[in-house]
Amino acid sequence: MNGIVQSQVELVSSAATGADATLFDAAPPWASLIVFLPLAAFVLCGLCAILPSLRRTKAPAILTVALLALSFVLTLMLYQQVAGGEEAKTLVLVSWEWFNLSWGDAPGQSFVANFGFYIDSLTVLWMLFVTGLATLIALYASEYMNHDVGLGYCRFFAAFSLFVFSMACLVMGDNLLLLYLGWEGVGLCSYLLIGYFYTEAGAVAAAKKAFIMNRIGDLGLALGIMLTFWHFGTIQYDELFPLLQPHIHSLQNGHIGDIPWVVQAIPLLLMVGAFGKSAQLPLYVWLPDAMWGPTPVSALIHAATMVTAGVYLIARMYPFFLVSDIALPIVAWVGALTALVAATIAMAQFDIKRIMAYSTVSQLGYMFCGLAFLSSSGAAFHVFTHAFFKATLFLCCGAVMHGFAGQLDLRRLSGVTFMKGWIVVGFAMLIGCLNLSGFPFTAGFFSKDMILAEAFVTPGPGYGLLGWILLITAGLTAYYTFRVFFRVFVGPKLAEPGDEHHGDADHEFHPHAPGLAINSVLAVLAICSILAAGTYFINTENHGWVGGMVHNSTGAELSAGEGDHAVHAAAFRDDLHDLAHGPDEAAGVTADPAGEGGDHAVETHVAHGSFLGRDPHAVMYYVSSIVGLLGILTAAYLHGPKGIGGLMIGSRTTAERSRADDIAPKLGPVQRWAQGKWFVDEFYNAFVVVPMWALGHIFHLFDQLVIDGIVNLFGKLPSMGGKRIQPTQSGLLHGYALSMASGLALVLLLVWLLTF
Amino acid sequence: MIHMLSDITGLFVQTGYPEPMSTLTLNHFLFVSAAMFAMGLIGFLTRRNLIIMFLCTEMMFQAAGIALIAGSRFWLNHTGQSFVIFVLTVAAAEAALALALVVLLFRKRESLDAEQWNEMKG
Repeated sequence: MNGIVQSQVELVSSAATGADATLFDAAPPWASLIVFLPLAAFVLCGLCAILPSLRRTKAPAILTVALLALSFVLTLMLYQQVAGGEEAKTLVLVSWEWFNLSWGDAPGQSFVANFGFYIDSLTVLWMLFVTGLATLIALYASEYMNHDVGLGYCRFFAAFSLFVFSMACLVMGDNLLLLYLGWEGVGLCSYLLIGYFYTEAGAVAAAKKAFIMNRIGDLGLALGIMLTFWHFGTIQYDELFPLLQPHIHSLQNGHIGDIPWVVQAIPLLLMVGAFGKSAQLPLYVWLPDAMWGPTPVSALIHAATMVTAGVYLIARMYPFFLVSDIALPIVAWVGALTALVAATIAMAQFDIKRIMAYSTVSQLGYMFCGLAFLSSSGAAFHVFTHAFFKATLFLCCGAVMHGFAGQLDLRRLSGVTFMKGWIVVGFAMLIGCLNLSGFPFTAGFFSKDMILAEAFVTPGPGYGLLGWILLITAGLTAYYTFRVFFRVFVGPKLAEPGDEHHGDADHEFHPHAPGLAINSVLAVLAICSILAAGTYFINTENHGWVGGMVHNSTGAELSAGEGDHAVHAAAFRDDLHDLAHGPDEAAGVTADPAGEGGDHAVETHVAHGSFLGRDPHAVMYYVSSIVGLLGILTAAYLHGPKGIGGLMIGSRTTAERSRADDIAPKLGPVQRWAQGKWFVDEFYNAFVVVPMWALGHIFHLFDQLVIDGIVNLFGKLPSMGGKRIQPTQSGLLHGYALSMASGLALVLLLVWLLTF
Repeated sequence: MIHMLSDITGLFVQTGYPEPMSTLTLNHFLFVSAAMFAMGLIGFLTRRNLIIMFLCTEMMFQAAGIALIAGSRFWLNHTGQSFVIFVLTVAAAEAALALALVVLLFRKRESLDAEQWNEMKG
């Protein structure tokens, strides 16, 4: 609430100094409310926990939903300001001074990190789905968390609001330190919410695992930020990107050797942070375990928003990644391999929520590939569509879990759509599944296509091979998605309850269909997922509305004041892109002549990338449609129920068994390894956890024996000496007198001996 | 005997005279003092009776007093003598206190044996 006043004061003072006013317009002061309303919700939820009259009510949920909705409305207004005009604008706003240190007058001898916001179209795009989805999911959670009304309810919504505040800081911050604050904040909230059921050992272990895995990544991010400050002397975006221009010049003129190693190292470190937060190889193992948290949390934090922070970081710091010649290829390879590995694991799991978790890991891999293939608009579009359809999928799984007492095993559930009151969930699930599997003309189809096509277009080490990997992964994705749908949502009706009884263990179990809040949220999300496809056709010259938003982001305006010859990052990216596409004539001559498998990468700079001898952009629509449909048909054949509508190829008549069970043993180790999650957890356990554990015990022993031994020795010496002398204290007057007299005699004797 | 006494008193009376009439030297007095102190100390260490022990301490006190006065006379300095006056005053007060304590202790155990009190054993 103080935000308004403070930001106004700051606005006036910054206008007076003219520091920010030269390059960017000032954002309206209410923009800071987008960040501070969730914080207010957090505080109010805490107050609800204190006040006994509110503790037993749904007040925390109402407050959270209302304030987050207000935040979303303000974001929409901000969108109007940023992107509503002829040209996309960048707005800045300083809420208050946070760090402002200086130890000299020379440049680089000061450290400034304000609680300020840097709002361009990329920021607004991210904030739109963060606040929008948070509002919807909070509404969903208000019903989902019914059984916990009380202190747990307050705790849940407090952490939920704090998460949105942290995410807003991360996305809207105008410097890397505020981004880091938000980065750690979302990590903390993730920890708190995964460990929400803190009486269960599994939840606590999962929370710790998530926190520690994220810490490993965060170390990279922290080092990256320190290195940035060390080299550039600032961590504010608006000062940072102009300082990068000379290096971009060097790159363009082919003098990549002129770029100092420090500048090239920064993206490598930032990328480690991104891999941790966005659950990529080798740090992805925390995300599937994060499903211990309540499902709305899985939907919001671990599918739609927090895990996209890594993508945001790379998109925001994109110019840095462009000046390094190894950063983006590493991102591409890590992303593609993560996508493939996670998809194979998802194929063999039985826990539907866990399947969705692996699918999130896999889709995040696509997003990283999109960034690496110089298509940040493709990546952002996939983030955007994924946020909606993955939230839909998770919330559907959550509704099932809620209704069937925690049952998530796809062998124990069947035909849910046809049960009374489950029709909305079934249809929302169908829409989500179609999106995820890239069914033609869904949002997921367009966004995945953009990334897939770029894989064959962009020059880079082995990018053609990566394109094939991603294409195969798309097929696997379609298969495992519809495996869930065919097994759980259609087929003969069957529901075995799980082991959670929401506190009414005495009652006989009966599945309860979702209520109004859950159904309406699912409907809205499903509709949004469909509508997201429509944004592809707005602003087509920039690959859709999202593409346009990203295109006008970081760096575009920065060079405006730099003079005519200034080349800004965004334009440079287009140059690279054009280079990749090449002039049409060149494409005709030097296009990959064989076309037998684009898997040998097109490395020459003039050659147009090709897909089996054709233009990837043109054919990818058909190729990925076919791949997706093949996946769906395979799922229908192996898991489809008998005689549902047109699905005559299915044969499943019971919930437990399907054709896949006959095939699985024949696959041998592949199936076993996929079901065992490639034994990555076991590998980490054997090669990291156990050695660390052993080392810890060795240190503990050393500490106990040597360090403590020395300290205790000094402690024990006086007491041991005291024990020895103790008997002389006889309590008898004569004893004392005698010792006194003999002591005196001794002294006198000594004096006498020494004197004579 | 009378001769000796007058000699001793002469020591006090004839202060300032360059040649004392007595043949007694400082060492004689210090010997007496040391002997008294030793007797007091031996008595304190050997006897068990609280009153006797107390008297022994008084004896040691007086031994110290004799040494002080002898020194004072020998070096023609009054400090030692005045110090003894103070010591005697304090000793008088302390004697009253100590005897009162002895009486209290006696009432507690119906005995004057010092070994009755050994509770302060370590």
